[in-house]
Amino acid sequence: MVLFVSDFMGVKCDTELCCYCGGCVGVCPKLALELEETKIAIDNEKCINCRACVLICPVGAMEMLE
Amino acid sequence: MQKYDVAIVGAGPGGLMAAWKLAEKGVSVICFDKKQEIGVPVRCAEGLGGAAFERLGIEPDPAWATWEIKGAALYSPSGKKIEVTSEETMGVVLERRIFEKWLARKAANAGAKIFVKNHVRGVERKDKGVELTVSQHGTENKFFANIVIAADGVDSIIARKMGINTTGKLIDVDSGFQYEMAGIDFEGSDRIHLYFGNKIAPRGYCWIFPKGEHEANVGIGIGGTIQETAREYLDKWIASKEGLKKGSIIHVNSGAIPVGGFLEDMTADNLVVVGDAAHQVNPVHGGGIALAMQAAQIAAGVIAEAVEKKEYSHDALKGYNKLWYDAKGNSLKKILKIRHMLEEMDDKDFESLVDKITSEDVMKLARGELATGVKVTAKLVTAPGLVKKMLKHLK
Repeated sequence: MVLFVSDFMGVKCDTELCCYCGGCVGVCPKLALELEETKIAIDNEKCINCRACVLICPVGAMEMLE
Repeated sequence: MQKYDVAIVGAGPGGLMAAWKLAEKGVSVICFDKKQEIGVPVRCAEGLGGAAFERLGIEPDPAWATWEIKGAALYSPSGKKIEVTSEETMGVVLERRIFEKWLARKAANAGAKIFVKNHVRGVERKDKGVELTVSQHGTENKFFANIVIAADGVDSIIARKMGINTTGKLIDVDSGFQYEMAGIDFEGSDRIHLYFGNKIAPRGYCWIFPKGEHEANVGIGIGGTIQETAREYLDKWIASKEGLKKGSIIHVNSGAIPVGGFLEDMTADNLVVVGDAAHQVNPVHGGGIALAMQAAQIAAGVIAEAVEKKEYSHDALKGYNKLWYDAKGNSLKKILKIRHMLEEMDDKDFESLVDKITSEDVMKLARGELATGVKVTAKLVTAPGLVKKMLKHLK
């Protein structure tokens, strides 16, 4: 798993791209994500910036917050 | 508060099969799904091998078994083809949304209670059972069950909330993307087509699963650690195929595929995990529908006994693990070794192997026959460094 030490923390989901497959949820080690029917609920308090969700996303909808 | 012997979270093939079989055994069972319709969105290529029907004791129904498959064609990076036609490659491409509704009807008619647009928000162990907090069309209600089946797919929240870590490591999860296409031209609509190569699908493959003469699921699975997205790779590949790029896309879907890293123990007090949530997927081809349903049938047997004895502890449920590993899990572990072996090969190795490998070898590899893995590796003796790396995985 790739860990980056940086100032920013958290992710966001581009709903225009998201297909709601929940792949990001399955690889999040902190249960910071949950698939709702038509959105990804994100709890950035739990995010550790590991980028797993960004890498697994088949459509590039998950991005790190800047 | 409504009480049930078993609450199932997730109405996919695993959850619905468990609901059906438990209801048939007279167990009181409720099944929740957060989606508003069973069977959508589809997150898979919809292939189901013919042997699965016999194993599962279900008859293919023309309502959902809509296109017959007689074999598979595998393509090397340079386009060399290996055709495989055997009992194992025979099967059907499903209309999965119809198939899952069929399963739901079977389950409901057998006496299971199914709720859609019901999101299980909380699970808490209480009084030798589990209290579930369920958001039902905006209202939160409590349910009680002695045993929970986590069949909530690759996103798998429930098992993790109840103490089994089902989080997929990126190296063990593939990133998948697919278009259902119509108006396309391709050769061989009676077989599935798999295209390999690090340029088109690193650590995975592109596929065409026909659903008609001019219709197919056209998709891709790539390694989860790859930077570029699965969609970008698939779009590039389709653009390179005249017969595909002229067609229309009538359905887009994506999904993550838990292709490795099996859970050793898929049970805990009051909890059983089945399907994608338990990573019950073939590590080489990524298929999981039949495995999820087989696991669900095994789990239903173990759970019905536990309910009969009124024992809901880990000890009462852990028999599911052994039955699963005996039935399928152990052979999947061997197939995982084959996957790791194949991952060592680059496109050049793949090309040199294609000239030497037989279609029988391919089937044996797909079945996880390690001796064939060794034989195949030996054919690459011109690259001793690679052979050593590959053999390491077969131990």
